[in-house]
Amino acid sequence: MKVLLSGNEAFARGAWEAGVSVAAAYPGTPSTEILENIVQYKDIYAEWSPNEKVALEVALGSAIAGGRALACMKHVGVNVAADPLFTASYTGVGAGLVIITADDPEMHSSQNEQDNRNYARFAKIPMLEPADSQEAKDFVRLAFELSERFDTPVFIRSTTRVSHAKSIVELREPEKRPAPDDIARNFEKFVMLPRNARMRHPVVEQRLRDLAAFADTFEHNELITQETDIGIIASGTAYQYARESYPGKSFLKLSMAYPLPEKKIREFAARVKKLYVFEELDPFYEDQIRAMGITVTGKDVFPVCGEFSPATASAGISGKRPEPPAPLLDHLPARPPNMCPGCPHRGIFHILKTMKLFVSGDIGCYTLAALPPVSAMHTCICMGASVSGAMGMDKALRGNNLGKAVAVIGDSTFVHSGITGLLDIAYNQGACTVIILDNRITAMTGRQEHPGTGFTLMGKPAKQLNYETLCRALGIDHIRTVNPYDLEQVRSAIEEEVNRPEASVILAQAPCVLHRREFRQSGPALRVDTQACIGCRACLQIGCPALEWHPGEGAKGAAFINGLCTGCAVCAQVCKKSAIKPGK
Amino acid sequence: MDRVTNILMAGVGGQGVILASEIVSEAVMRAGFDVKKSEVHGMAQRGGSVTTHVRFGEKVYSPLIKDGEVDILFSFELLETVRYLGTLREGAALVVNDQKILPPSVTLGRDAYPGDIAGMLRARYARFELIDAPAVARQAGNARAVNVAFVGALSRHFDIPEGTWHAAIEAMLPPKLVEVNLKAFALGRETQR
Ligand SMILES: Cc1ncc(C[n+]2csc(CCOP(=O)(O)OP(=O)(O)O)c2C)c(N)n1
Repeated sequence: MKVLLSGNEAFARGAWEAGVSVAAAYPGTPSTEILENIVQYKDIYAEWSPNEKVALEVALGSAIAGGRALACMKHVGVNVAADPLFTASYTGVGAGLVIITADDPEMHSSQNEQDNRNYARFAKIPMLEPADSQEAKDFVRLAFELSERFDTPVFIRSTTRVSHAKSIVELREPEKRPAPDDIARNFEKFVMLPRNARMRHPVVEQRLRDLAAFADTFEHNELITQETDIGIIASGTAYQYARESYPGKSFLKLSMAYPLPEKKIREFAARVKKLYVFEELDPFYEDQIRAMGITVTGKDVFPVCGEFSPATASAGISGKRPEPPAPLLDHLPARPPNMCPGCPHRGIFHILKTMKLFVSGDIGCYTLAALPPVSAMHTCICMGASVSGAMGMDKALRGNNLGKAVAVIGDSTFVHSGITGLLDIAYNQGACTVIILDNRITAMTGRQEHPGTGFTLMGKPAKQLNYETLCRALGIDHIRTVNPYDLEQVRSAIEEEVNRPEASVILAQAPCVLHRREFRQSGPALRVDTQACIGCRACLQIGCPALEWHPGEGAKGAAFINGLCTGCAVCAQVCKKSAIKPGK
Repeated sequence: MDRVTNILMAGVGGQGVILASEIVSEAVMRAGFDVKKSEVHGMAQRGGSVTTHVRFGEKVYSPLIKDGEVDILFSFELLETVRYLGTLREGAALVVNDQKILPPSVTLGRDAYPGDIAGMLRARYARFELIDAPAVARQAGNARAVNVAFVGALSRHFDIPEGTWHAAIEAMLPPKLVEVNLKAFALGRETQR
C-alpha cells in the first residue's frame, strides 16, 4: 500500500515494521512527532522521558535486555544524552539500538545549528541519513539490522526538511519479535570498568574498519553516472536539491553519513571532471575526502550557515544568483510569533519588566517574552541554564545581589534539567529566586505530557510530580504558589522573594490556554470603555493579540479588544483608568 | 505532465494552511502523481507567517521549490501574498483569499497595513484571482471551512477529477465535518475568478 507520510510518521512506521519493543524520547522540534506517531502502534511501549539522557538510557537498557529500542531527540538533545552515548558505543548492544537525531539547519525552532554528523565520528558509531520519507521508514529497519550485525548503536540523522516533509511511502508488514524471557549477563561487555573498557576500545576501532568496508558495498550509497563534466557528492535533502537543479549530472548519493565509502568515493572522483561536495552545515564529508587526497570543491562555494535549497546548488556551481524582482511594497510589517491571547506567562513578564529585574531565562513558549513589546528576558542558552545561571550571577555579584535578578523556567524545562541547578542553589546557598511557570504541559513543542502533568504519552493516568514537596526536599525553605493572572499577587510575591537573602521558589500555576484537559476561561471577554480610555497605550505593552490600537477612536485614539479575548484580565489590571471592563 | 508543478501556500498560523496543503497533496497522489510537501512546524503555530511548499509531477526530488519557480501562489492573506512575490516564475498564477489579518506592529499602532494590495497585484499580474473564501464558507454553512472553500478555487487549476478531490477531503477530515466541507469545496470551485 502507498501512503503519504511525513518523515517523522515514516520513522514511527519503520520502528513498528522493525518490531521495536521500547521507544523513548523527550520532545524537541523537529523530532517530536516520531513518538507522537509511535503511540498508534499498541505493541510498542513508548514514553516521554524527563530528558534525552534518560531516554537514551531507557532505550539502552531495553537493548541490553534483548528488546529492540529506539531513542529520538532533536540535535541539541544529543548533547544531553552524550554521556551514555559515548559509552554505549563501547558496550555495544544486545538487541538493536537506534538513535534518531533530528537536526535543524536554519534554526527554525532551535538555539543553535550544530551538525550532528560530527557525533557519529566522535562517538565512533555508524550513521544513516535518509533523503525522503520512504528512506526514513526503510532505514529504521536497516539501522536495526546494522546495529545487531555490528554490535553497535546506530544513528539515523534527520533534518527539518526530512522530518517535516511528506512524500509517498510503500508500506510493509511488521516483523514479529517475541519478548525476551530473561536478561543475559556479560561482565566484559556491559560493565565498563577501566579494565573492561580498555578491552572494548580496540573492538570499537575494528568495528569502524568493518563498517567502512560495509559502506563500500552498501547499495544505498548510490553511484549515479550520467554527464561526467560535473559530479556531486551529497546526502539527505541536500542530495534532492542538487538533483533537482542538475538532473543530468553524475551523483554519489551517500545514505550512510559515517563511516564513508572510500572506494566508491575514489571511483566516483576518477569518473568525473569536477567534483563537488554539496552538504548542509559543516564540511563533514569534504574534510574527510580531502584527507583521502582527493581534490574537491565544497565550502568555498556553498555556505556553512543556514539551510540549503535547490537555488543554493545552482548559485554555488554556476556562480550566478538570479536577481529578485523589484518589491511590490518598500516596507512590509513583519509577522513574528507571539504568546497566545490569555497565555498565563504574559502577566509575569509584564511585572518582571516593571520591576526592572534581570531575568535569567530559559527555553519554551515563554522565551517569546524576550521580544518586544514585552522584552523581559535577558538570557536564553539551553534548557535548565536559567536556574544554574542565576546561581553564577548571584555569586558574581557577591553582596550586591539582592533584588537584582530572578530565574524563570517552564515546568517541562524544570523537570528536564532545572532540578539539579536548584539543588545547587540550595546546597551552596545561593540567594536566588526561581519562578517556575507551570502551565501544566510542554506547550512549545505542541503540548506533550511530562512527569508534572498526571498523564503519560500512552494516555494513562500517572503519578504527578509535586513541585512543592520536591523543592522542599532539595532544601528550598521558601516556596509559594501564585496565580499568574493576579498581577498584584505576582508582584508582591516577587518583591518579597527577590529581597530575601535566601533561596526561594515561586510556582506560577495556570494551564496553557491550549490545554484541552485543564484550561477553563477565567471570565467573560473584555471590552474597552472608550469614554474612559485616555489613549495612553499602556495595555498594548503587554503584547496581547486580542488588543488593537484604533487611532480613530475617542479624542486621541483608543485601545480595542477583538474577538480573540479570553477574559484573562491582565490588560484590565495594567489599565490605570479602569477603562477595560467585562462584557460586550 | 512532465514538468513538476510548484504551489507555494502562504498564510498566518491558525488559518488552516497546513490542512489545505494536506488535502492538495492527498488529491494529487490519488490522481497518480509523485508529490512532496514541506513546511516548518513549531514557531508557526503562534500567529506567525506560515508557508507550505507542495510539488507534484512525474518524479519530484526536492521538497522545497526553487526560488523563481513558483507556478501558483496560493495565499490565504493579502499581506502574506506580498511577502512571497519574489519566489514567482514569470507568468505565475496568484490565487488570493480576500482576507486581512493585522500583524502585531499594526495592532499596536506602530505600523500601517498597506492599502489596496489586491489592486496593486491585479495591475502587475495577469493571472490574478481574488477569492472571498470566508463568504463562500459562510454560504456553505460553516465559517471555519474557509480553507477547504479556498482549495475549491485552487482545484480549477488542475486537471484532476472532482471525485478525487472529494476522496482526499474525506480522507483528511473527521467524518462529522466532511459534508459541510464538501459543500464549501464545491462552492469554492464555482466562484467568480
Ligand atoms: C536539549 C533540548 N531538548 C529539547 C528542546 C526543545 N524544547 C525547548 S523548550 C521545551 C519545553 C518547553 O516546555 P515548558 O518548559 O513547559 O514551557 P512552555 O513552552 O510550556 O511555556 C522543549 C521541548 C531543547 N531546546 N533542548
